[in-house]
Amino acid sequence: MGVPVRRFDAVIVGGGGAGLRAALQLSESGLKTAVLSKVFPTRSHTVAAQGGISASLGNVQEDHWEWHMYDTVKGSDWLGDQDAIEFMCRKAPEAVIELEHFGMPFDRLENGKIYQRPFGGHTQNNGQTPVQRACAAADRTGHAMLHTLYQRNVRANTQFFVEWMALDLIRDAEGDVVGVTALEMETGEVFILHAKAVLFATGGAGRIYAASTNAFINTGDGLGMCVRAGIPLEDMEFWQFHPTGVAGAGVLITEGVRGEGGILLNANGERFMERYAPNLKDLAPRDFVARSMEQEVLEGRGCGPNKDYVLLKLDHLGPDIIKQRLPGIREIAIKFAGVDPIKEPIPVIPTCHYMMGGIPTNYRGEVVIPKGDNAESRVNGFFAAGECACASVHGANRLGTNSLLDLVVFGKSAGDSMVEYIKNEMPTWKDLPADAADRSLARIARLDGQTNGEEVADVRTAMQRTVQARAAVFRNADNLSKGVTEIQQVAERVKRTQIKDKSKVFNTARVEALELENLIEVAVATLIAADARKESRGAHAHADFPNRDDEVWMKHSLYYGDERRLSYKPVHTKPLSVDYIPPKERTF
Amino acid sequence: MKKMRFSIYRYDPDKDAKPYMQDYEVEIGPNDVKLLDVIVKLKTMDDTLSFRRSCREGICGSDAMNINGKNGLACITDIADLQEPITLRPLPGLPVIRDLIVDMTQFFKQYHSIKPYVINDSPRPERERLQSPEDRKELDGLYECILCACCSTSCPSFWWNPDKFVGPAGLLAAYRFIADTRDEATSERLDNLEDPYRLFRCHTIMNCVDVCPKGLNPTKAIGKIKDLMVRRAV
Repeated sequence: MGVPVRRFDAVIVGGGGAGLRAALQLSESGLKTAVLSKVFPTRSHTVAAQGGISASLGNVQEDHWEWHMYDTVKGSDWLGDQDAIEFMCRKAPEAVIELEHFGMPFDRLENGKIYQRPFGGHTQNNGQTPVQRACAAADRTGHAMLHTLYQRNVRANTQFFVEWMALDLIRDAEGDVVGVTALEMETGEVFILHAKAVLFATGGAGRIYAASTNAFINTGDGLGMCVRAGIPLEDMEFWQFHPTGVAGAGVLITEGVRGEGGILLNANGERFMERYAPNLKDLAPRDFVARSMEQEVLEGRGCGPNKDYVLLKLDHLGPDIIKQRLPGIREIAIKFAGVDPIKEPIPVIPTCHYMMGGIPTNYRGEVVIPKGDNAESRVNGFFAAGECACASVHGANRLGTNSLLDLVVFGKSAGDSMVEYIKNEMPTWKDLPADAADRSLARIARLDGQTNGEEVADVRTAMQRTVQARAAVFRNADNLSKGVTEIQQVAERVKRTQIKDKSKVFNTARVEALELENLIEVAVATLIAADARKESRGAHAHADFPNRDDEVWMKHSLYYGDERRLSYKPVHTKPLSVDYIPPKERTF
Repeated sequence: MKKMRFSIYRYDPDKDAKPYMQDYEVEIGPNDVKLLDVIVKLKTMDDTLSFRRSCREGICGSDAMNINGKNGLACITDIADLQEPITLRPLPGLPVIRDLIVDMTQFFKQYHSIKPYVINDSPRPERERLQSPEDRKELDGLYECILCACCSTSCPSFWWNPDKFVGPAGLLAAYRFIADTRDEATSERLDNLEDPYRLFRCHTIMNCVDVCPKGLNPTKAIGKIKDLMVRRAV
């Protein structure tokens, strides 16, 4: 077949927080590991995280991992798996301390300990009063963390394949994962990377929406590869809208602004969150704040000439706090909103930010899918961590700062599971199937030969407009069912995309066309899963079914791309060591 | 709608014998605020135009390029501030792979050469290593580097000796670790830079300070390393 094969013990796809944390486990265990990344690792989107990483260090006030767990379960609107949530919250303090030991430049308290700030939904005593749990490096926590992890990998001599794009997952006749195909962007060559174990740490897919805080590279590549390889996606109806994207630009303004004391105002200058969440106010979880903001706009209390945004006021914090704790935000507000927050409020709107769903895994980072009677049968040789994975710790709504925590806790856990798997179960490589590279080669050949096709940018815009219009903050049956039809029409157009650039060297037109093939799988999954869920839970707010329905719907959806069908599996209600946290009404 | 003129460096080794400048004219719409917005729009007109981009908010460091003669990030450069024709070239001094995409191998090699990680072989405490807010403040202006290479590729010393001179980005990083109270390898780090080229090729031309899109000051950091060198020599 002529496609060159390179062999590794482990292949990690993605060089963001989860991929880099996993890579440390593998490199330090002496296994031959390749880390593939579409971009130089420090350009991964982890770099854009701002506000913090949560851990119950208790540096400012009393805190316990059990409280963190309670907040996360409640934040997830009881769709999170409680074993995975317990695992993450228990491991949080050691994970953050480890980052500090790696050299991460956290801000400090007077006593020299790591600085912690309040954040949405972080409370003491199971919902009583806000607590300072978000460990922060100014408002550049993701940047500080990603660079630190990259630096640590330089120390560990990790082997990077920079600007390599994984194309497809290779599974053998038994369904086991034996490698990936990948495109070296600089040369345009396709390779087979043959491995005993593969980790997907490919990040999010926010670019299915027209307005998103996400980077251009967040195109759901891992999810697209899974769909094409017959692996289902979990809970794809749940997308987080961050309350504070810069109106018009979409760029993120951290919840840390409200953590430091910033407040949201409507056109009347009213601090409206006091009405919606009398206890936590502006620090209620994101789904709750986003809906409240949209409600204000719908009821005519939006600001600006079109009354379509609200204001984030922080000038009362004073220039010192803003310059010290929120310097990056000030920079962004000046550059993207044209306002200096020391003097003026920032115009903000809820903006697509985070994918709660993803590749189904357990808390060990193993990919698990239904097989026979077993709802969670392991896919041998396949692991996933970070935003592309669904463990599920975020359930129907993620708490701020739990994403960076997810990356390091599950990156490490998946790395450990891979080392164990390779050492105990995989002494040697399984054979590659004869057709290992066929699908990828066919995709590229199709693009090379396509004439009279559709422009990639046009089809992408059509997809983004459809998802934005049909799967927004507030959803309804009519809108969703129209969305299902429309997005499948767009999917047909994706099959006919055409590029004019036929060059081999660093062909970014080809990369964008291949990315669109991944995005569309995520978009179709999102609409089909959202249309099917007849309740409101977390980020899925359904006008025709305004209440949560635990009886029928406390279950995870699984989307299969080959037949575009759904199945469901139960939520894990048994934590590892503590008592189950039973569902109750979610008020703040 | 207003139109703007561009002149952009083009080179595709697959088909071009040598590089050339290509002119474009683009309509500027209400959503075209930053230079990157317009380049992305240009790519919808001509999909062969090649450049790197990711976060579009000045934190990932992908879209550094030479804009009207000065290095900067396209995503945080206001289109309204630029004189026409807007001339875009790849970062100077590095090999061009294609169009605005340069080969950054040498840049990262220099970054790696300063051992960009905290070295501390003392036993790990159970909790965080303590650091006072004042000591932590020493890292401000250093750790925020995004490795975009605007500075090093604007530095004549780096152009002449990219293999021997660490360059402003690498030296800023070197000082970031020297300045960190948790790092125990200051003397090893100074040894690593004690050489006619690695550090001392900096002639305080200060182009690096002028172009840094994050407002950092590598020259100041380099000065502090030089001070430490002198102090330990006496």
